[in-house]
Amino acid sequence: MSTKLKRFVFWGLFFLFIIYGFFIYTLGTENDGGKRFLTEEAKRGKLLFQEYNCTSCHQLYGLGGYMGPDLTNVISDPGKGESYVKSFIKNGTPQMPNFHLSETDVNALTEYLNYVDKTGISPVRNFEIRYDGTIMQKAIQ
Amino acid sequence: MKKEVGVFFIFLSIVALLAGMLFGSLSAFQFVFPGFFDLLPFFKNRPLHVSLVVSWIFLSAIGGIYYYLPKYCNLPLFSRKMAVIHIWLFIVTGLLILTCYLFGKFGGREYWEFPAILAIPIFISWVLFAFNYFKTVFKKIGQWPVYLWMWATGICFFLFTFTESYLWVFPYFRDNLIRDLTVQWKAYGALTGSWNMLVYGTAIFVMERIKGDETVAKSKLAFWMYFLGLTNLLFGWAHHIYIVPTVPWIRYLAYAISMTELLILSKIIWNWKSSLEQAKKDYYFLPFRFLVASDVWIFLNLILAILISIPAVNVYTHGTHITVAHAMGSAIGINTMILLSSVLFIINDVTKFNFPKIQKNIIRAGFWITNISLLTFLTFLTIAGAEKGILVIENKLSFRAIMQEISPYLISFAWSGLGIFIGLIMTTLPPLIAMFQYLKKK
Ligand code: HEC
Repeated sequence: MSTKLKRFVFWGLFFLFIIYGFFIYTLGTENDGGKRFLTEEAKRGKLLFQEYNCTSCHQLYGLGGYMGPDLTNVISDPGKGESYVKSFIKNGTPQMPNFHLSETDVNALTEYLNYVDKTGISPVRNFEIRYDGTIMQKAIQ
Repeated sequence: MKKEVGVFFIFLSIVALLAGMLFGSLSAFQFVFPGFFDLLPFFKNRPLHVSLVVSWIFLSAIGGIYYYLPKYCNLPLFSRKMAVIHIWLFIVTGLLILTCYLFGKFGGREYWEFPAILAIPIFISWVLFAFNYFKTVFKKIGQWPVYLWMWATGICFFLFTFTESYLWVFPYFRDNLIRDLTVQWKAYGALTGSWNMLVYGTAIFVMERIKGDETVAKSKLAFWMYFLGLTNLLFGWAHHIYIVPTVPWIRYLAYAISMTELLILSKIIWNWKSSLEQAKKDYYFLPFRFLVASDVWIFLNLILAILISIPAVNVYTHGTHITVAHAMGSAIGINTMILLSSVLFIINDVTKFNFPKIQKNIIRAGFWITNISLLTFLTFLTIAGAEKGILVIENKLSFRAIMQEISPYLISFAWSGLGIFIGLIMTTLPPLIAMFQYLKKK
């Protein structure tokens, strides 16, 4: 392999990577099912979620720490919902710290989780395995 | 210090490793025994652990590069002063980050939980490193061995992906969760790919030196593997986010690319026996031994990686401890074994092979304790993860019930982690002391 060919392959791959990145930034991630629920408060809630490092214990879409449950659909989970979420955030549990948050911060975090809930489903429990090893999500959980 | 900046980086890297393992062991026990050591709660411990062990990987790889280029590649550093600024910038920023964690000041995201502003000095330190590296290696006449390519790739893509992982500061990315998560994990996937480039480059370099045969790093096969690795770095990351509702082709591309790793796997099996035979009686006994260990772990880890890249398997394993097993298998089994090999190679060098016999025996014992503990550590994580996946999806159990079911495995996992920590103390303390004495003399 000559140096010229190596350079060509490298820059070729890099070029494809940039194009691919462009699609990821735009078309590939355009659909956001929860858009209508992204209030200003929810936006602030997202930053609070980072500030208190909720991710160290919780996951969204299975991404994050494993000490606590996945929070993606905690709002629409039958038997849970908004007030349930608020009481956890406000009081903590023996395993989850009480961050002594103000009422407005608790609300903002809950609004954010409400938005997250509308974007999709995690964990995926209802699916069909296809012949090529991919899966097909079914709408109803 | 100017002359010994590489050794200084390695020295710091070992300190980071030991501190990181301490926090890691603490958080593992907090995970299974809530309320354990409440002075430093889990949500502070975890980022301390992650940031410090990631620093170990970067610092030891960088230290090796600064050490090897002038000494072995006949490429004196373009600017030693710049390297010294690099290390100080790192130390100061690192201390600031640790302070933020201790006081519970976050604001960042997984891996980089510190306030975003501190990413700026880190970025600058890498720009200095990149500038210095390229100014140094472009002096080389003739064909580059593959490790120079790999290091160059690792450095460039670190800068690129590190920047990309901060795109969330712009509302365009932040205000759409699907885009945000996708871009975040695109960046992280390639980021781990970029540090793998630094580490694998180091592995090939050490192999070449031990063998004393320069053709290895210039062979067609070496470059073929490099480009395959690069392709995976660039396009294989989306198995992290199979369940995020992006458009489907993102998933299919990642799936297809991930399967090309099967080629790497078959090649490893092909070379398997020969690399084992060379491990016998060798002048470079210790570094070689760690390289061989990394080979075993590459094999096991790749099988796991390929399995969890299949969407039908991933749907069960995603968000479980199997993902942790995969991450720890590569961070400890592969990266740390390779980097320890590099550290021991350098230690042989700076002590002129006068490493006392007792210490050699301690390292040898540490080697076995680390590897055996790692095996049980990964086994328990895998069992816990598999069980969690099935309980979540098939049995639809609640979080609390699941944690109760898998807690015996997690307790065993925490103890195995302590075993790894002890093994690593035994492995790294002798070189740490030797380096300290060496640096003091200079
Ligand atoms: C130290 C780890 C930790 C941190 C940090 C943490 N949590 Fe938790 N959280 C838990 C655990 C563990 C549970 C499950 C509690 C239980 O079952 O007792 C939980 C439960 C919850 C629940 C109820 C979920 C359910 O499905 O039942 C919500 C909502 C929640 N946490 C939100 C948050 C938010 C918001 C933050 C950040 C401000 C946060 N948590 C930070 C550990 C943590």
